[in-house]
Amino acid sequence: MLTMKQFVLGVIAIALLLPPMAAAKKINVVTATTDMAALAQEVGGDRISVDSIAKGYQDPHFVEAKPSFLLKLRQADLLIVVGLQLEIGWLPPLITQSGNPRIQVGAAGYLDASQFAEILEIPQGVVTRAMGDVHPLGNPHYWLDPDNGRRVAKGIAGKLAELDPPDASYFQERFQDFDKRLTAAEQKWDGEMAPYHGSKVVTYHNSFTNFAKHFQLDVIGYVEPRPGIPPTPSHTLDLIGLMKRENCKLVLVEPYFDLKTPNSIGSATGAKVLVYLPSVGGEKQVTNYFELFDYDIDLLKKAFQ
Amino acid sequence: MKKAVIAVTVLCWIPLWGQQADAPDLAAKNAALEQRVRDLEERLIAVEGKIRTLQSTPAAAQPAAEAPPAAAAAAEPAPQAQPPAPAVPSQVVNTGGGLPNYGGASSAAKALNPDISVIGDFIGAAGNSNVPPLATQQPFPSLQMHESELGLQAIIDPYARGDFFISFGETGVDLEEGYITFTALPAGFVAKVGKMRSVFGKVNMMHNHVLPWVDRPLVSTNLVGGEDGIDDAGFSLERILPAPKGIFLEATGQVFRGDSADVFRAETRSDVSTVEHLRGYKDITESTNLDLGFSYARGHNDATLSDGSFGDFVTQLFGIDATLRWKPLRRSIYHSFVGRGEFIWSQREQLPSEQRAFGFYTSADYQFGRRWFGGARFDYSDRSRYANLTDKGVAATLTYWPSEFSQVRGEYRFTHYAENRDSHEVFMQLIFSLGAHGAHPF
Repeated sequence: MLTMKQFVLGVIAIALLLPPMAAAKKINVVTATTDMAALAQEVGGDRISVDSIAKGYQDPHFVEAKPSFLLKLRQADLLIVVGLQLEIGWLPPLITQSGNPRIQVGAAGYLDASQFAEILEIPQGVVTRAMGDVHPLGNPHYWLDPDNGRRVAKGIAGKLAELDPPDASYFQERFQDFDKRLTAAEQKWDGEMAPYHGSKVVTYHNSFTNFAKHFQLDVIGYVEPRPGIPPTPSHTLDLIGLMKRENCKLVLVEPYFDLKTPNSIGSATGAKVLVYLPSVGGEKQVTNYFELFDYDIDLLKKAFQ
Repeated sequence: MKKAVIAVTVLCWIPLWGQQADAPDLAAKNAALEQRVRDLEERLIAVEGKIRTLQSTPAAAQPAAEAPPAAAAAAEPAPQAQPPAPAVPSQVVNTGGGLPNYGGASSAAKALNPDISVIGDFIGAAGNSNVPPLATQQPFPSLQMHESELGLQAIIDPYARGDFFISFGETGVDLEEGYITFTALPAGFVAKVGKMRSVFGKVNMMHNHVLPWVDRPLVSTNLVGGEDGIDDAGFSLERILPAPKGIFLEATGQVFRGDSADVFRAETRSDVSTVEHLRGYKDITESTNLDLGFSYARGHNDATLSDGSFGDFVTQLFGIDATLRWKPLRRSIYHSFVGRGEFIWSQREQLPSEQRAFGFYTSADYQFGRRWFGGARFDYSDRSRYANLTDKGVAATLTYWPSEFSQVRGEYRFTHYAENRDSHEVFMQLIFSLGAHGAHPF
């Protein structure tokens, strides 16, 4: 016969076990960055709830693995990562500690979105840290090409359909609608950027490569001497010389970098220094994937005019 | 490669194009051709992605079901459709009867090697250490390759990962940690089995290279075993507990053999030690958070009876730790602040009487540039075996990171020992990291 104490302990034990099993109707999606969240939202619609770990104005290489993120991860049905080792410094321990078998690497609820995208700057030959914080699998800032946005959205739609087969056609329709809107927007963006094909720019970090390829801009150099290595005086002087020779009049800086060196480069070369947004949510008004390109293209147009 | 495929495709189409040049809808044909090139490009990107995935993901953790939906939805029908990617051989060769032989000789086996890293920790010391005979603090020699930590980390299978940290001193080797973590247990439990640093407080968990100082605080050395710490073979079970919204609450229970530095000693198999830890964490704002922990440890100690044999004496440790962190997200790589404190009470049964000792440290570290950190620490601790002897100290540190993979640190330390001896010391430390060392828990 159960004593009162045993009964109470039993109830507590059941209460402890229940929360992770109480699955919500919606697919609970957690993404590493806001861009993946924005793309997931486009195809997932109201059948999913999405939350991103990193903020749009945060350097995605250096996110702190806060325990509060574990609260999100332990409830997640699907974890979407940018991949290519962008999150290697903070995400692996969070996944291990989450106690959530659904999102472990290789499980059905773990999606590395880089597999769908066109990846640039894949290092050839021997990779060493003398090259800086180089990503051996290629440049992870691939979402800044709308074509890659489309590919990733298609991949996410497929994954959502796999997790929730009854809603497969819903996700497919949402993707087709997104595809249509993106194609229309791309035509507009391509038109707006057409006059500036071949324009030369310098960026702080090499996060602009895919954008530059799509819109045919020419990134001639970086404020960082190597990816992830802070500016050095000698490199800055070389860069100023290069910009003068090439007549480059624009320096683009990600929102999480200090503007001191870019500003001094700007005053030495007469180039404009602008903070561009590499991610959705970098500014309050940029709340989805389309607004990200609207913002950046608007910024570039004004700079080139 | 991509260009070659596109070029070949275009060349194949040129004869067809020629035959149909007189067709009225040349523009439509052109558009169709362009569309076809685009489709092929899409398929190429999908195949490249698939190859990357296969190269970078351990085979065991790659269920066959994870074919990219892009491939399934390819616009073109059969002949050119992507061949199903061959499943990566599982690298298991069963020799029949005995244990399977993991890791064949194929070159693809390299993809399954664990992440390997080595972290070197070099310490130079100057000044007068003046350590009294009964003190637990050990002086650093003038120049020392203090530790070379070899890390081997990998996902074992879909249910677990493994982590090994082997610590090479100048003269000997020690398994600092080596454990399997079961990540796919039901009901949100995470279990570890192996040898591991216990969750008693904060400093005990930290490897040397992640400490914010060159040395460890006096309270850690005097009451919790210092550098070796409570680090023992056993198992650990942790789970996130339900808590009001926004609060992270986690409980951990650990059972060990009962041998840890000079803290615990197991004479019989039943002399196991246990460590329990409750951690509460809250984001106060986006940039600021507070981390509180309560720890309890219990195990048998090495106190002897009057005849020299080990008595059935127990040591209990109680700890409270608090950490306040500030790191503005927009400028996270340039500025941050960490304030820490740990308060530890020790009750050690021994003859002639139980020793009740108390100690704490408080410290503050401020990052004032992308590569620069400054910090200060205050130390106060009784000694566990002689609770009436109290050591005190202060330390100041300055740290520079040439890159994320190396670190130079200078520390000035003043210690006032209970025997009324003072020591003034200066340390220089160089830490350098090779390979892919997995991130440590927050």
